[in-house]
Amino acid sequence: MLTNLLKCFPWLSVVVALCLPNAAYAQLTTYQLQDWLNTPAASSHIGNLTGDVHAAALPYRRFCVGCHGNLGDGNGENAVWFITPMYAQPRNFQLAIFKCRSTPTGTLPTDQDLFDTIGRGMDRSNMPQWNPLSKQERADLVAWIKHYSPRWQTEKAGTPIQIPPEPEITPERVKAGQAVFAKMQCYKCHGVQGMANGPSASTLTDDLSQPISPFNFTDGSRPKCGSTDTDLYRIFMTGLDGTPMPSFADNIKPDEAWDLVFYLRTLQPHNAFNAKEREIAHQLGLKPVDPNAPAQ
Amino acid sequence: MRMWAQSHLYQKLPRASSVFAAAFALIFLLLGASQSASALPAFARKYGLRCSACHESWPALNNFGLKFKDNGYQLMNDRDAPIWQNPGYWPVTFRITPIWHRVSSLNQVDVYNPTTGAITGSTAYRITSTGFDLSGLDFHTGGTLEKNFSFYVLPSSDPTASFHFETAMARIDNIANSPWLNIKVGKFELNNLLSEKRILTLTGNGGIYQTYHFSPVNDGNIYGQMGDNQFGMEYLGHSLDDRTRVSASLLSSNDGNVGLITGANSYSGFFTFDQAIDTGKLGVDRLGMYAFVGEAATYYLTSSGAPIPGSGIGNKGFSRVGFTGQFYFGPHFDVNVVTQHGEDNVWFGQGYGNAVNPSNGTPCPVSGPCGPNNTPGTVLPAGSRAPTWNGYTVEARYLYSPQLIFLGRFEAERMSTQATPGTPTNLGNITNYVIGYRYNPFMTSRAGFAYHGEFNLFHQDGTGPINGLGNTTSINTSELLFGLDFDF
Repeated sequence: MLTNLLKCFPWLSVVVALCLPNAAYAQLTTYQLQDWLNTPAASSHIGNLTGDVHAAALPYRRFCVGCHGNLGDGNGENAVWFITPMYAQPRNFQLAIFKCRSTPTGTLPTDQDLFDTIGRGMDRSNMPQWNPLSKQERADLVAWIKHYSPRWQTEKAGTPIQIPPEPEITPERVKAGQAVFAKMQCYKCHGVQGMANGPSASTLTDDLSQPISPFNFTDGSRPKCGSTDTDLYRIFMTGLDGTPMPSFADNIKPDEAWDLVFYLRTLQPHNAFNAKEREIAHQLGLKPVDPNAPAQ
Repeated sequence: MRMWAQSHLYQKLPRASSVFAAAFALIFLLLGASQSASALPAFARKYGLRCSACHESWPALNNFGLKFKDNGYQLMNDRDAPIWQNPGYWPVTFRITPIWHRVSSLNQVDVYNPTTGAITGSTAYRITSTGFDLSGLDFHTGGTLEKNFSFYVLPSSDPTASFHFETAMARIDNIANSPWLNIKVGKFELNNLLSEKRILTLTGNGGIYQTYHFSPVNDGNIYGQMGDNQFGMEYLGHSLDDRTRVSASLLSSNDGNVGLITGANSYSGFFTFDQAIDTGKLGVDRLGMYAFVGEAATYYLTSSGAPIPGSGIGNKGFSRVGFTGQFYFGPHFDVNVVTQHGEDNVWFGQGYGNAVNPSNGTPCPVSGPCGPNNTPGTVLPAGSRAPTWNGYTVEARYLYSPQLIFLGRFEAERMSTQATPGTPTNLGNITNYVIGYRYNPFMTSRAGFAYHGEFNLFHQDGTGPINGLGNTTSINTSELLFGLDFDF
């Protein structure tokens, strides 16, 4: 018996040696998160709501853990079934990189941004609109999300970008918006008609090297970070961090940005927001941009 | 009291076996605590959400699940249409529950002469049965056919595998891109805030809401069963966040039975409205009301004296109205309330209305639960009145975690007007207590499994068997049930 045990000892040693570091890593991570739960960063303030990180443990477990995982790393039990680019991978909260922000690219989002994202959901993904939850629950979940990354302890959220009031739409503005679309080479990804079929579309990957599709303006989908004119403005001025969609804040002036919003509206099928834009495009007889046209 | 003392005498042996079985169930509980599973309930596997996302505890819906249902089983994320699913996806879930249960109730039992063996009379006698058993089998299949077009079909069996369609309907949602325009047609559960089809308990008396099924003793109205799925067409409108909901249903007054056998042209309407209020740290509470008004046949044309199925005329009215409430007191505790004021036409009160067996269309008095036929010239007994009653259900739930829920329910149904003067005022009154728990040893988006335990006490005044002294007793039934409730 003893001889048999001795024979097995080397193998057992190897197994233990392989398993221990993994176990230690997992435990360390869990312990770290426990500590971070009690840091001031693990809180949220949305209007007059204050999120309670401890109260979020139950709703996170009920609603979120299946995709985002116990450790908030986006490795929930369902993550493996989300095949990109048809379904986006669940957000890894440990990286604290978020698409939908009102803050400049590279900065942390505000609590309000995260709150809005939870309520709005992410179209064309498995992230539903969690607006049936109470506002307090959503505020609690924002605090919970923030406990997953040390970035929240060392950095402050960025300052939301200034968005000037929306000007009156005119045919000139729509045409100017088309020029911005061409100048910024939006068509390279989104296609000349906004059909997500630009020459670069099939090569795009996100920061985690997962394939990703550009937004198709023509199929009736809702932009992930909101559908209003202001939301569109914000999307291309802040960029969608973690994706190939950059921020154009340094390249497009605020006035031009509104022009671009008006033009993008003409690419969309009829919806609640674009009746005027489509009418103007029709009157102008607007044709898709020509990528080979000389720069103006 | 006497009855309980009597039952104690006869239950010594069964109680010993009950203790054994309870211990057996506990061992199951402990052994199973480390199990895992990889099953695929229909909606959860489509969307990758755990059961707890939509259900407070399966099958009871939470606010998110209610919104999902109201949207036609869609998350509204532009990935709802089946074209986005793996072609191998097949939206089917089945559910069945192996159980152990103990039922104790009074019965009318023959009394024998021990010497001659002759039956000398009968008496009320408590019979207690225990043993392993099985629930019925449900095949749930539902989902989207295309964006905003969905269906739900539920063939359901009794424990002997005799099937019927519990649900079969198609629906069109968000017509003209408006959440206020949703239509469903077929056989479906009524838009009850506290739905009996999503009840957390399984026993005979505890597995239904008494408030939804109450009718006066000897009442002949086969309809008015709010707990049963009904045939018809429903309009539902709701706000984008589902805080405000309104519905109106046009229903055939046939209590969900196929074949148009109970009435020639009798319809009913079921109307609901509820409003959710965000109460901050307490949660999202909901207040609502409902009205179920309609008419059903009391007179069937006859052939050789036998009622002809489908010929029901002489429609008489009925109504059930009440308030509903769903009150959260933080994430762990909630209380659900349903009240009801019910009234049946005086003809129903005197037993007219079920001259044809609604479940199989058999003309009475051949078989089935039958009543008199309101043929021409029929006169009501002098002093007959429309029966009325009031009732309420209060169900409290404590959610220890998404995997463990405890619940307690109290129901009271009280007659306020008996159809026949001189009838004891409390005849038919019901009092019902239920306590239970459901523990899911694992929680995934693939399968559901729960250790289920439940105890129920049911009391109804004046409707029990006749005892040895010739007095009518009350029904007092107790039920204890442990089961392994699973769906895959």
